[in-house]
Amino acid sequence: MHKIGVFVCWCGSNIAATVDIDRVVAEAKVQPGVVFAKDYQYMCSEAGQNIIKDAIKEYGLTGIVVCSCSPRMHEATFRKAASQAGLNPFMVEIANIREHCSWIHKDKEEGTEKACVLMRAAVAKVTLNTPLKAGESKVVKRALVIGGGIAGIQTALDIADAGFPVDIVEKNATIGGRMAQLDKTFPTLDCSSCILTPKMVEAKSNENIRLITYAEVEEVSGFVGSFKAKIRKKARYVKEDVCTGCGVCMSKCPSKKGLNEFNMGLNNRPAIYIPFAQAIPNVAVIDSTQCIKLNTGKCGLCEKVCTAKAIDYTQQDEFIEEEYGAIVMATGFRPIDASKFDEYSYSTCKDVVTSLELERIMNAAGPTGGVLLRPSDGKHPHSIVFIQCVGSRDVSGRGKPYCSKICCMYTAKHAMLIRDKYPDVEVHVFYIDVRTPGKNFDEFYRRAAEQYDVDYIKGQVGKVWEEDGHLVVRGVDLIANEQIILNTDMVVLATAIEPDPTARKVANMLTASIDTNDFITEAHPKLRPVESPTAGIFLSGVCQGPKDIPETVSQAGAAASKVIGLLCKDKLTTNPCVAHSDELLCNGCSCCEKVCPYGAISYDTHLINDHGVKETRRVALVNEALCQGCGACTVVCPSGAMDLKGFSNKQIMAEVEAICL
Amino acid sequence: MTYTYYPGCTLKTKAQDLDHYGRESLKALGITLEEPDEWQCCGAVYPIARDEIATKLSAVRALAAARDNASPLVTLCSACHHVLTRVNDDMRRDENVRTKANNYLKLPVPYSGETEVIHYLQLLRDKIGFDNIAKAVKNPLKGRKIGAYYGCLLLRPSKVMQFDDPENPHIIEDFIKALGATPVIYGMRNECCGGYVTLKDEAQAAENTNRIIKNAASKGAEELITACPLCMYNLRKHSDGTVKISYITELLYDALGLREELGDAPEACETADGIAAGCACKRTEKAE
Repeated sequence: MHKIGVFVCWCGSNIAATVDIDRVVAEAKVQPGVVFAKDYQYMCSEAGQNIIKDAIKEYGLTGIVVCSCSPRMHEATFRKAASQAGLNPFMVEIANIREHCSWIHKDKEEGTEKACVLMRAAVAKVTLNTPLKAGESKVVKRALVIGGGIAGIQTALDIADAGFPVDIVEKNATIGGRMAQLDKTFPTLDCSSCILTPKMVEAKSNENIRLITYAEVEEVSGFVGSFKAKIRKKARYVKEDVCTGCGVCMSKCPSKKGLNEFNMGLNNRPAIYIPFAQAIPNVAVIDSTQCIKLNTGKCGLCEKVCTAKAIDYTQQDEFIEEEYGAIVMATGFRPIDASKFDEYSYSTCKDVVTSLELERIMNAAGPTGGVLLRPSDGKHPHSIVFIQCVGSRDVSGRGKPYCSKICCMYTAKHAMLIRDKYPDVEVHVFYIDVRTPGKNFDEFYRRAAEQYDVDYIKGQVGKVWEEDGHLVVRGVDLIANEQIILNTDMVVLATAIEPDPTARKVANMLTASIDTNDFITEAHPKLRPVESPTAGIFLSGVCQGPKDIPETVSQAGAAASKVIGLLCKDKLTTNPCVAHSDELLCNGCSCCEKVCPYGAISYDTHLINDHGVKETRRVALVNEALCQGCGACTVVCPSGAMDLKGFSNKQIMAEVEAICL
Repeated sequence: MTYTYYPGCTLKTKAQDLDHYGRESLKALGITLEEPDEWQCCGAVYPIARDEIATKLSAVRALAAARDNASPLVTLCSACHHVLTRVNDDMRRDENVRTKANNYLKLPVPYSGETEVIHYLQLLRDKIGFDNIAKAVKNPLKGRKIGAYYGCLLLRPSKVMQFDDPENPHIIEDFIKALGATPVIYGMRNECCGGYVTLKDEAQAAENTNRIIKNAASKGAEELITACPLCMYNLRKHSDGTVKISYITELLYDALGLREELGDAPEACETADGIAAGCACKRTEKAE
C-alpha cells in the first residue's frame, strides 16, 4: 500500500505567479496513492524541509513528490531531508514546475494545467520507485590542470600546498600564458613579470607539481574521482632534462624567419628558441616547420654547438597516461583577429596595432626594447589614437556580443603610461562607455583622464586610413555631435578577447558544457561558479568568462579549494541509478556492449535456470562501478533485458501514461 | 557561353564606352551577352522603405526574364548591380515584397528570387577565371600603377551584396594583377564618391572625390579604375587630371589588345535628343 506525499513549492513568486498552487495541491490530493499534499513558499528552506520530514514521520510516507525547481538545483536537498526522516532517498521524485513550466509560460491557466500534468507523472513514477542503495567509488588523489597561465599556475599551487600532487599540462613550450606577455598591470602599475615569474618558479620547484609543457591532453575517460587521461608530449627535439638553457643554439641557428609568438609576431626568432628569458622550463624547443635540418636533412648547427648534447632530431611525440581524481580547465583566451574589422586598416597599415602588440612594444624585453616606436618606420610617434570595443559588444556578427571587461582598464593603463613616459605624445581614446567597476579602477581611469590629460572622446571610429606617411582617423564625437578627423601616428585597437580555440576541444573531451561563445558553462552562474555541470571538472580563469588578473587569481583559488575538498575524500558515493540486465531475457547479442561509452558491460557464460529449463548461455554483466546510468544500453537492447534502476522502462511508461491521461 | 546581360540606361547613354569595351572584351574571351527583349530601368536607387513595391517592379521583371532564359543575370553598372541584387534578395526573403510584386506583375510564372545576379567582375573571376584572363592578355599593362576604386554600391550592405570584404576588398586588385599591372592599395578605395549628392551639394561631392584621388595619389597610384558610371562622373568632374580615371572594361580591352584591332569606343551620346532617339541607333549608324 503506497502512501505518497506531494509538496508544492511557490518558489516565492517564481512559480506561484504563473501556477495556481491551490489547484495543484487539490489535484494532488485525489491522485491514487496520495495521502498528503501541502504547499509552502520556499520548500527548500529549513521550515519547508521540516514540513516534508514531519509528514514522512506522521503519515509513514513511502514516497514523496516535490513540485519545485529543476532536480539539478535541489534534488540532493530533498533526498537528504527524506533520508533524515528515515525514507530511502531514492523514493523522492521532483516535478520540475519552475524551469519546465512557470518560467516559460505566461498564461496562468496553461501553466497550472502543465504543473498538474507534471505532478501526476511524478506521482505515477514514484509509486514504482524502489529503495536504492548508493555504492562507493575510489578517489585518485591527484589533480590535472589544463593550461599553464596564471589561472592554471595559481590553481596548481593552491592544490599542491594542500598536499596533493598536481600535473599542469601546457600546450606551449613554457608556462606563464598571457600574463607573461604583459608589461604592467592595472590599477597598481606593478610589473607583470615581477609578480608572475616568482609564481612560475614556485610551480617548477614545488615537489607536488609536475609540469608537462609542450603537451596536449588527447583523451579523457572515466568519471569524478577516477579520470584517466592520455597526454601527448610533443617532440621538442631538445632533451628537456639535459638542456641548460644557455641559448648558444639560438644565436647560431641560421633559420631566423619564424615569427616570435611571444612578441605577437612583431619580430622574428630562430627555429630553435627559448620563448622568453624567464621561460619555465628554461629549455629550448625546435620549431619543426622552420628547422632546416628537420626539413632538408642538412644543417645540424645547433647540435654541433650544444655543449650539453641536448639536441635530438630523432625525438618523437611521447604519450603519458595518468589517473586523476579531478580536472581543472584553465585554457585561457586569445585576442580576436583584428582583420575582421578592417575599417581600422589593421591588415593594411603596420602602424595599426592591437593592445597586446602595444604591450610588447612597451615592454623592456619586447621587440623595441621598451621604447615606444611605430612599427612602420621605427620613428617616435607624436600622437596615438586608441579605439575601444573592437569586436566587443558587437551586433554586426563579426565580433562578440559580450563586453570583454578588461579593455577599458588596460587602455587607460596604456594611455597613462605613454603620457607619463612621453609627455610630448598626444593620446586620444574613442569609447562607447568607460566601464571600470572594480577596486580602485574608476579612480585609475579618472587619473588617466584628469591628471594625465588623456583625451577621452565618446564615440566610435568609422574609418582609419594611411595618407602621406601618417594615419587618419575619422570618428564621431557624440557629445559635441560632430564628425572628427584626426591625423595621428599610431592606432591601437582594444580587441575583444575570446576563449582559446583549444577550449572547445578540451570541453568536448571532458563533456563539460560550453556556451555559444565557447566559454565553459558553470554548474550554476551564481552558486557554483567554478564547477562544470560535469562532476569532477572545475573552471579557472578566462575559459569561464572574461576576467582580469585579480579575479582570475580569486577564481583559481576557489577552483583549487573545490578540488581539495574532493581529493580529501577517500570514497565517493556513486549513483545507484545504473543499468542491470535480466539474464532470463538476455540473448548475449553484444548490442549493449557496443554502445556503452564507459566500457561497463562485459559478458559471462554460465548456467541459467529459466523456470526449470536449464541451459548454459552467454549473458551481459554490468560493472556498477563503471556504469554512469546514461541508459544507452536500455534503448538498444533488442530483447528488453537491459533496464535502468530508478528509471526503469515501467516507470517511464507510467509517467507517459499519466501525462496522456 | 551565353549569359543574359542587363546593361541599364546609363550604359546606353553616358557610359556607352563602359558597355562597349565590356561587350567586346567578353566577345574576345568567347562569351556572348544577350540582352532581354524588354528591359527597363532598374529603378536606379534601391528604395529603403519597406512598403515601397512599385519602384522594385522593373528590377523584378529583368530578374524574371533572366530566369526564363535559364541564365545568371550579368550586370556591369554598379548601381544596377546594387538594385538588382537587393531586390532579388527581397524577393527571396521578404514574403510581403514577394507576394505584392507578383500580384502587380502577374507573370506567367511567379518570381521568387531564383536568378543569380553576378557582376561583370564576378563573371571574370568565377566563370572565366583571372588566371585564364591573364593567359589571354596580349598587352600586359606592365609598370602601370593602378588604384582600384570600389565605391560603395558594389560592397554594401555586405550581407546582401556578398561581393567582397567591404572593408578590405581585393577582387579589383586581383583583376589588375591579372592584366599585368600593379595594384595600389589605398584606404579611400571603398569610400563614397558623393553619389547623387552631386546634384544637390556639389561641394560635398568635390570634397569626397578630392579626398579619394589625393589618398590614391599619395600611395603612388597613377590611375584609377571603376565599374560605376556615377563614380566616374564625380571623379572626372572634380579631378585635376593628374590621375587618369577609366572604366574596368577599358583596361581589360586594352590588355586584350583589342584597341589595336577595333579602335576606340563610339562617342557617348550626351544630348537629350540623342538619348530620346535611342543611342543604339546612333552607334549602328557609326558602325555602318
